[in-house]
This record gives sequence, C-alpha cells and structure tokens, in this order.
Amino acid sequence: MIDKSTLWIVIICLGIGSFGLRFVFTGLVGDREMPAWLLRHLRYTAVAILPALVAPQVIAPAATGGQFDPARFAAAAVALAVGVLTKNVLLAIISGAGTLYSLLWLLG
Amino acid sequence: MAITTTKSAFRKGLADAAPFVLVIIPFSSLFGILATEAGLSVFETLAFSVVVIAGAAQFTALQLMQEHAPTAIVLASALAVNLRMAMYSASLTPYIGAAPLWQRALAAYLTVDQSYVCSMAQYEKEPDMTIPQRMSYFFGCVTPIVPLWYLFTLVGALLGTQIPDSWALDFALPITFLAMIAPMFRTPAHVVAALVASIAALATASVPYSLGLILAGMAGMIAGAQTEVWLVRRAERTAG
Repeated sequence: MIDKSTLWIVIICLGIGSFGLRFVFTGLVGDREMPAWLLRHLRYTAVAILPALVAPQVIAPAATGGQFDPARFAAAAVALAVGVLTKNVLLAIISGAGTLYSLLWLLG
Repeated sequence: MAITTTKSAFRKGLADAAPFVLVIIPFSSLFGILATEAGLSVFETLAFSVVVIAGAAQFTALQLMQEHAPTAIVLASALAVNLRMAMYSASLTPYIGAAPLWQRALAAYLTVDQSYVCSMAQYEKEPDMTIPQRMSYFFGCVTPIVPLWYLFTLVGALLGTQIPDSWALDFALPITFLAMIAPMFRTPAHVVAALVASIAALATASVPYSLGLILAGMAGMIAGAQTEVWLVRRAERTAG
C-alpha cells in the first residue's frame, strides 16, 4: 500500500519538477547555449534509466517472489525484439503481452 | 498543403497528431489500471495524470512507490526519466522563444513526446511560419492527445480494481517500458547506454534505498556519452 502523504508529495513535486524541466529553456534560458558535454549526457538519460528500472523485474520479478520466470523473461525479450525490429511501440506491447499470456497458460 | 493562416496551422497540427491517439488511449488506460491496482483512488489517479502529464515518469514513480523506495529516490528517478523534456524545451526555444510568456508557459505544460516530435518536424519543414502560426500548430497537435490522456486515465482507473490477479498485470509495466525503449536505439551509443545501465542495475540490485537505479542510470549515461565521443573521433580519423 502506498502512503497517502508520500503519494501527494510525489504528485505535486513531480508536477512542479516536470513543468520546470519543460519550461527551463523556452521560458528562462532563451537562446543561450548549453555546454556540449552536458547535452551529450542528457541525450542518454531516458535510454539508461528505463532499462535500469526494468532489468531487475525481468530477471527476478516481484510477482514470483524474485524467482526467475521463463514466461516473463520471454515476454520481455519478445517485446524488446519486436520494438527494435518494427519501431512500433503498440505492436511491441501487444506481442509481449501475447507471449506472456501464451506461456503462462502453456506452463500452467 | 502549405500553412497560410493561424487557423490552417491549428488544423494541420490536429491532423498530424491524430495517429498518436492510438498510442495515447492504451497508455493512459494502462496507467489508470495500474495506479488503482496499486491502491490509488480514482481521484488520485486522475490528479497524477493531470498534474504530471508524462507517461514514463508516472509509471516510474508508481513502480518505485510500490517498492517503498524513499520519496527522494522516487522523485529523482522519475525526473531523470523526464530529463528529455528539458532537451525538447531547449530545441523548441529557437522556434517559439519569442512567443508571449503565457503561451510559452502553456506550451511547456503541454510539451509531451508527441507534440514535440510533430512540431519540430513541421518547423524544420516550413521555416517561414510566423510565431503565431507555430504556436497554433503546437496547440493543434496537443488537442487530440492531452484531453484523451486525462479521459482514458479516468476510464482505466474506473476499470482498474475489477481486473483479477491472474491477468499478470505486474508485468504490463516492464513490457511497456521495453516497448518504449526499443525505438530510442537510434545509434550504437544508445544501445551501449541501455546495456551498461541494465547490467549495472542488476549488479547494484542489493544497494539500499533503490540507489542502484540512480547509479545504474548514471553509469548508462556516461557510457552512452563516452561511446558517442569515441564514435565521432573514429569517424573523424576515417574521414581524415
């Protein structure tokens, strides 16, 4: 269960922070340039944080008590592979979900 | 069709962003479902979507709160996922930086992946657009997207608690993230960043307070940036 005060702190701070990130340049910085080294690191934030968040869930899912689960692992692999090959986010999600349900059903 | 008025700019934005409706509806419904499954009320779930309006960051925060990570870590991780918004803001500035402040503030709130991608493509294609036309185009793009983001969060939230455990919705999030990551692999540096971050996340899984995520993210960012530098140098050597 998520604590209610924590939840509202997260909602409000995340709202302010997200707006800040979106407003920082159009609103405040204007046309001044950012240092190249900073931009170079910022380019890889999403592509680093999201896999870091997912990797432990793929190898040791919380739902199976941290035990490796072939159905979940295969579903993750299929979603990623379809995404890379087709660049189609929706198709990748559907393929991953399809794999998960087929294997959960087959492996009982 | 070239844009001649602010009204036609709005209509073109609306038409160009319309296909994204197919992505927005399932995404926002999924957030609504998972948030109520995690114990949020319908009102809290909807407030989350209206205040934050950033899918990946909302999913990240939700996941970490369920793992009872400290609030500072939840915020740092979700904002890190949203750092790309700062880059969007930076690259939009030359095009709309001269618009009135209230319009820029509104556009900032409405800056999402879809409105950014559409607008940048349009501004680069037709560099002669006026500032009011650019703003109209931008607001046209968000018109089919943002109201549906709210609406289907609500629909998902209302459905959420009726979905049984056997649907294995715990794994909807990892699958969604993986699907979102895949199209981001534009260069080898992006792939290296993702690989290093994944391995680092597994290696730091036992680090307390979910700090491993931050460490792994930083490792991935440094790896990506270094790979980029290395690739550029190699290309220069080959060219020279």
